[in-house]
Amino acid sequence: MFRNQYDTDVTTWSPAGRLFQVEYAMEAVKQGSAAIGLRSKTHVVLACVNKASSELSSHQKKIFKVDDHIGVAIAGLTADGRVLSRYMRNECINYSYTYESPLPVGRLVCTQRSWKRPYGVGLLIGGLDESGAHLYYNCPSGNYFEYQAFAIGSRSQAAKTYLERKFETFVDSSRENLIKDALFALRETLQGEKLTSSNCTIAVLGIGEAFSTLDQETVQRLINEFEVVGEDPPAEAAAAPDQSDGAEPGPAAAAADDDDQETPAADQGAAPMDI
Amino acid sequence: MTKQQANWSPYDNNGGTCVAIAGADYCVIAADTRMSTGYSILSRDYSKIFQLADKSLMASSGFQADVRALQKVLAARHLVSYLSFIYQHQHNKQMSCPAMAQLLSNTLYYKRFFPYYAFNVLGGLDSEGKGCVFTYDAVGSYERVGYSSQGSGATLITPFLDNQLKSPSPLLLPAKDAVTPLSESEAIDLVKTCFASASERDIYTGDKLEIVILNASGIRREYLELRKD
Repeated sequence: MFRNQYDTDVTTWSPAGRLFQVEYAMEAVKQGSAAIGLRSKTHVVLACVNKASSELSSHQKKIFKVDDHIGVAIAGLTADGRVLSRYMRNECINYSYTYESPLPVGRLVCTQRSWKRPYGVGLLIGGLDESGAHLYYNCPSGNYFEYQAFAIGSRSQAAKTYLERKFETFVDSSRENLIKDALFALRETLQGEKLTSSNCTIAVLGIGEAFSTLDQETVQRLINEFEVVGEDPPAEAAAAPDQSDGAEPGPAAAAADDDDQETPAADQGAAPMDI
Repeated sequence: MTKQQANWSPYDNNGGTCVAIAGADYCVIAADTRMSTGYSILSRDYSKIFQLADKSLMASSGFQADVRALQKVLAARHLVSYLSFIYQHQHNKQMSCPAMAQLLSNTLYYKRFFPYYAFNVLGGLDSEGKGCVFTYDAVGSYERVGYSSQGSGATLITPFLDNQLKSPSPLLLPAKDAVTPLSESEAIDLVKTCFASASERDIYTGDKLEIVILNASGIRREYLELRKD
């Protein structure tokens, strides 16, 4: 951006009333690889693109479990993201210890400190509380907003465009359709590159379902299901052949389902090493 | 001039008895459900058994307020290491029972100079799926054994279990397996016999027996009515 004399310190205001360090930190978020969140009344889906720095390395983990009912996806400086996740986990554990009940998500979102540099990471926090499912975006400025769906990181505008078109259907969406919409939105950020289970991660949480990351086979199966249907189908059409699946996509079911479709192109040979 | 004695104690004994038996592929943990103070009964239906992780259960007799505090602290400490574990390793793998045993020991010793008045028996399955039982004193000294009993009825039950099961000493060479040759149903019957006998003579043991059985297919609970006097 623009170098000037008011940007060395996070505690220095510019004459125009801006904190440049905070704005630079928000730039760091835009450089990170994309992360997407969407929610319905009962579920939250977090999805992110996994970019490995080279073919030899494994990809960085960008989705973290904070508690059974809270998960977070990050974009930006992943190291900062891990520090924040650890802090949030401790907050949840301490709250559970004192009150013997799960921490309401809304209380988790204020985490910045003013005397150090701002955290260079944007957090998409998905959580469940008594009033249902929630999705919050926490940015380096310390501000947080609640969203129906949101995308952050590089090329997130493409995903946001898709989400803006579809978001009205999310509230009453089923768990499966929500995941499919997440995959579609994620594909938008890849700009032509093929979406496979080795370059994305999906995590789900919902009422009656603790936060968990979907395993690679399940993700690949879901990708195959919607890629067969075509380039730009609305969520309803994608749902048609698969609604009979039932709620739980287990790896055992994967084999049976793929029988009537083409053999899944498992590009997992070239996949970055999974930890 | 005689020394002044404290007439207030931070501790109380809520009585009760706990037993655990380890098998080749199962573990049985049992405790009565009577909670008392002095010669009065506070509850006939209070559980002394707590699940710490997938494959670890703890039964504790002694001062139940300290027991409850200990259970909460352990649950929180387990979560701290469990969550950082899955952060590193991406598998939903909880702490193994021997690891939990060490955690419990450290947690108890942490309060060496104001101990938890809790007499614990930890039972579960180790990483090979074999039953394991660990027995503790109030400050964390522990040992892996084939069976154990703690609490007010322990003095009545332990000699009986010694007679029926006799756990090999950890000092023996070559090291012998600390698991009993009994089948799961035989172990459960043995536990029921122990408590039925203990309830006859120990006033602090009775009302109901809660038995938790942990094996490869998961956890299940059984209940048995005991003498109410």
